[in-house]
Amino acid sequence: MDTGLLIEKLILAILLFVVSLGIAAYSTYFERKLAAWIQDRVGPDRAGPFGILQPIADGVKMFMKEDFTPTNADRWLFILGPGIAMFTALMTSAVIPWGTDITLFGRTIALQVADLNIGILFIFGIISIGVYGIMIGGWASNNKYSRFGAIRASSQMISYELAMGISAITIIMLSGGLGLNDIVKAQHGMNWNIFYQPVCFLVFFICALAETNRAPFDLPECESELIGGYHTEYSSMKLGLFLFAEYVAMFVSSALISILFFGGYNFPGMDSFSGNTLAILSVAAFFTKTFLMIFLFMWIRWTIPRFRFDQLMHLGWKVLIPISIINMLVTGIVIAFNEGWIKF
Amino acid sequence: MESLTNRKKVVSDKPMTFMEKLYLPAIFNGMFITLKHMFKKNNTIKYPEEQRVFAPVYRGMHVLKRDEQGRENCTACGLCAVACPAEAITMVAGERQKGEEGLYREEKYAEIYEINMLRCIFCGLCEEACPKEAVFLTDRIVPTEFERNEFIYGKDVLVEPLNDRIDVTKRQHTGTRSEI
Repeated sequence: MDTGLLIEKLILAILLFVVSLGIAAYSTYFERKLAAWIQDRVGPDRAGPFGILQPIADGVKMFMKEDFTPTNADRWLFILGPGIAMFTALMTSAVIPWGTDITLFGRTIALQVADLNIGILFIFGIISIGVYGIMIGGWASNNKYSRFGAIRASSQMISYELAMGISAITIIMLSGGLGLNDIVKAQHGMNWNIFYQPVCFLVFFICALAETNRAPFDLPECESELIGGYHTEYSSMKLGLFLFAEYVAMFVSSALISILFFGGYNFPGMDSFSGNTLAILSVAAFFTKTFLMIFLFMWIRWTIPRFRFDQLMHLGWKVLIPISIINMLVTGIVIAFNEGWIKF
Repeated sequence: MESLTNRKKVVSDKPMTFMEKLYLPAIFNGMFITLKHMFKKNNTIKYPEEQRVFAPVYRGMHVLKRDEQGRENCTACGLCAVACPAEAITMVAGERQKGEEGLYREEKYAEIYEINMLRCIFCGLCEEACPKEAVFLTDRIVPTEFERNEFIYGKDVLVEPLNDRIDVTKRQHTGTRSEI
């Protein structure tokens, strides 16, 4: 096997790991700042200038706390829960194309750790495993609130995955490939899927909110009823991993939404650039879109109150799934006409 | 009956219209409101650096005043202790000796004068009861402590220092309330 390729992929993977964690850390800071601005407050401003060292202070605090395991908890599953949550959140970023190819030291490097031809299936598979992190964590705590949180999380994530999957199928039909790189390339030249599939985007976005357990779908950790839900019994860095996994998942789903609907690393007028300039600009464009998506996630969190559980299930099964199925069928019919498979 | 405010709203439970059932217009409306708030001036007073200006009638930590020549005004009459609804004030009276005329204004003075700041409710009745203009509530804040007994303030804390006079003119009103 090519050693250069191995080193290249290793560096890319480590870089991706660090970037994901860094962005997740600063998402917590930005989330608090945004909440403060929306509520006419100042937000964290004590640690460093404008409080930019706040995530580091929070991290140190998390590590310094007592790592407590309840007596009746299942010791190994208790450790496994946050581990799985973090692992799956980080895994999904492996197939995401971050930009066009870059040329360094005479090598053409693809800014994507693994260009799987089934990229989107891989992401859905890993996201589904993410449920286990919360479920195992809630079960192992041996606490009724944690269990309620875990049950809510699993039922919510399983229900919303259906509508999410069906809206993803619509996008796959449009772009004609399961690989994320194919989907991005199909949107070249402002052929962004958002212009063709606004309803699909809406369904996918709502499901992404539910998948990442973000408000208004943060029922699994509903403070007012479940005192923290699945992470009630967790402390120290195990709790930190759960909380952090949420932000990593938010970053990855923002990246995924920008790939599926906003053209990924495509930007207007990208044909007038080439080589490394194009690569850097495409990465910048991709991150701009991702950050705007993260901003939207946070903006919604601090605007809309939490759903009731029956409303959540009603929305998932009786509203989003029918809408996405109808949308898929209509798209399929239109494609069939355009391709000339059906003729009158 | 005439309503007190003009904010009265008649509540109804009529079924939601189609537009209301969509939820999205309401959500966009809400998001627009939060966006507007993002650019509003915040109301925070960053406490240790900035301090809120107290109202002139603010009642904070007590002071035992001295007169212009630096003599303590208090004669240990005990009226403040009697007036105190929280029973926070205790005192022991002493007799002024020869040579102490520069320290105490009258023949009787308070040897010990203690206010328990945990009991005090800062009502200002001691100040109102005082016939000698000796005790006043100032705009100073009682600091926090870790031990309960540190909240019992003796004369060492309460008596105004000679070189650092405390201004109480804002609270020295002799007239009726309407004149203030």
